[in-house]
Amino acid sequence: MSDGGVELAPSRAAWYTEQDPTDIMNSALIIIFGITAFALFLGIRARSGHDMDLEQWTVGGRSFGTIFVFLLMAGEIYTTFTFLGGSGFAYGKGAPAYYILAYGTLAYVISYWLLPPIWRYAKEENLISQPHYFAKKFDSPALGLLVALVGVVALVPYLVLQFKGLGLIVSIASYGSISSTLAVWIGAAVVTVYVMLSGVRGAAWNAVVKDFVILGIVVFLGIYMPMHYYGGFGAMFDAIEKAKPGFLAFPARGSSVTWFQSTVLLTALGFFMWPHSFGSVFTARDERIFRRNAIVLPLYQLILLFVFFVGFAATLQVPGLQGPDIDLSLLKLSIQTFDPWFVGVIGAAGVMTALVPGSMILTSAATLLANDVYRSNLKSDASDAVVRRLAQALVPVIALIAVCFTLYGGSTIVALLLMGYNFVTQLFPAVVASLLTRNPVTRQGAFCGILTGAIAVAAITLTKSTLGGLFPFLPESLQDLNVGMVALVINLCVTAIVSALTQQGLARAPSRA
Amino acid sequence: MPLRLLALLPFVGILVGVAFVNHVEPLVFGMPFVLAWIVGWIILSAVIMGIIYALDPSNRMR
Repeated sequence: MSDGGVELAPSRAAWYTEQDPTDIMNSALIIIFGITAFALFLGIRARSGHDMDLEQWTVGGRSFGTIFVFLLMAGEIYTTFTFLGGSGFAYGKGAPAYYILAYGTLAYVISYWLLPPIWRYAKEENLISQPHYFAKKFDSPALGLLVALVGVVALVPYLVLQFKGLGLIVSIASYGSISSTLAVWIGAAVVTVYVMLSGVRGAAWNAVVKDFVILGIVVFLGIYMPMHYYGGFGAMFDAIEKAKPGFLAFPARGSSVTWFQSTVLLTALGFFMWPHSFGSVFTARDERIFRRNAIVLPLYQLILLFVFFVGFAATLQVPGLQGPDIDLSLLKLSIQTFDPWFVGVIGAAGVMTALVPGSMILTSAATLLANDVYRSNLKSDASDAVVRRLAQALVPVIALIAVCFTLYGGSTIVALLLMGYNFVTQLFPAVVASLLTRNPVTRQGAFCGILTGAIAVAAITLTKSTLGGLFPFLPESLQDLNVGMVALVINLCVTAIVSALTQQGLARAPSRA
Repeated sequence: MPLRLLALLPFVGILVGVAFVNHVEPLVFGMPFVLAWIVGWIILSAVIMGIIYALDPSNRMR
């Protein structure tokens, strides 16, 4: 994941100075503002007809049908990371971008068996969050607290990424007439208001609009750009292969096939371990929704292919973007190709890709803190109404922290972001074990495993270790394994050993399963 | 259990398969071969999940 960059470098200003500013005020800006206002309206309206109690606010009263659940789960696919980062990845690194296409598919295959039992248990126990699941399943508020903390530490940088992307999209698509900073404040305010009022329902309604808009835009761009600049897909890839031999297949070292395999596997396991994805499972009305979605979601994922096509089209058309700037390739190529009003439409779609995941993340993070930190560990007699009010009050606080990180956080946040996915993947072994008829993992085992796994992730990320660096004796092909594997293996070992040492938990486990 | 074995195919196709098809030529539907391979497996995965859904007795209730 690459960082969008907080400030707009002066070099970027160069592409919008040629435009007549009044012209822009009339088109791009109006469209971006229009869709943002619409998102706000829809997000607020989403509450109407529902008594916003805790269960409504956090999990939509467990009443969502196939479409809502589908779009909330697909929400993970089309974030600003995929919109800007996916095209940027293809633009800057070539073939390694294919991993983004592959991991979701495997995650959906797993989801067919993983999600229905989680949903069933959540319904029985009236669960509203991921740490809540752990706390109940392992009968341990302390484990819930640990999972909540891991979750918040992973979620906040993810929210920052959405805000950064939003700022970038708006400032560029408005040809500089709105600064990135102003865009971040406006976006954060909009999402805060409708999340406070409507919770997950606001996210769901906006997910509908977002997916329609983004689907249309991405498919159009993905077909138009290769046709317009190269005359076709084959011609485009031929031209890239000629200009950059080997760019379209995995390299022998670095982001090699081994890297692809290990990264796809790790990411597929972590996919539903994000607190907001895990929580979206609870919104479903019945469990067959997940099995049905497992058929369609892989195909839906294919839309990312068109994002790649845009990035590949940009490789030879707007060459020279380096480092974090590769994420700008889609917008830069669009500005070079289209009139301002259409750039506005693309910008508006980009705003939606930030708002929807942003609202899910905010709802989740607030719920985690209010329900699983406050109620479970500090004040166990707090009523649902108190928890809901606290969660609502925490929304602007979390949003503000994320805005500060976005505007003043510098590069520290990038390290946290790299950790995010590997952090949440550490929850996977305990979740799977908890679903077995005889859960072999004790609460102490799960606690120690997750904790050491998370510490290992932090240590590896902060020291920028690679597997080759840690274990130079490994054969060359294995040195490119995603280093997150190390943390997961450590986690598994600790979980197994501690569980074996604390057997009395095992004897009681079946009764709770 | 045989249903779950069927679900292993996408893992084999995508994770193991890519190691054997990591080349650009020939282009398939205009796409580099390895990309087309992944896309093909995504479509196959949907088909496989469809078959599993149809055969799975737990979807026949109600």
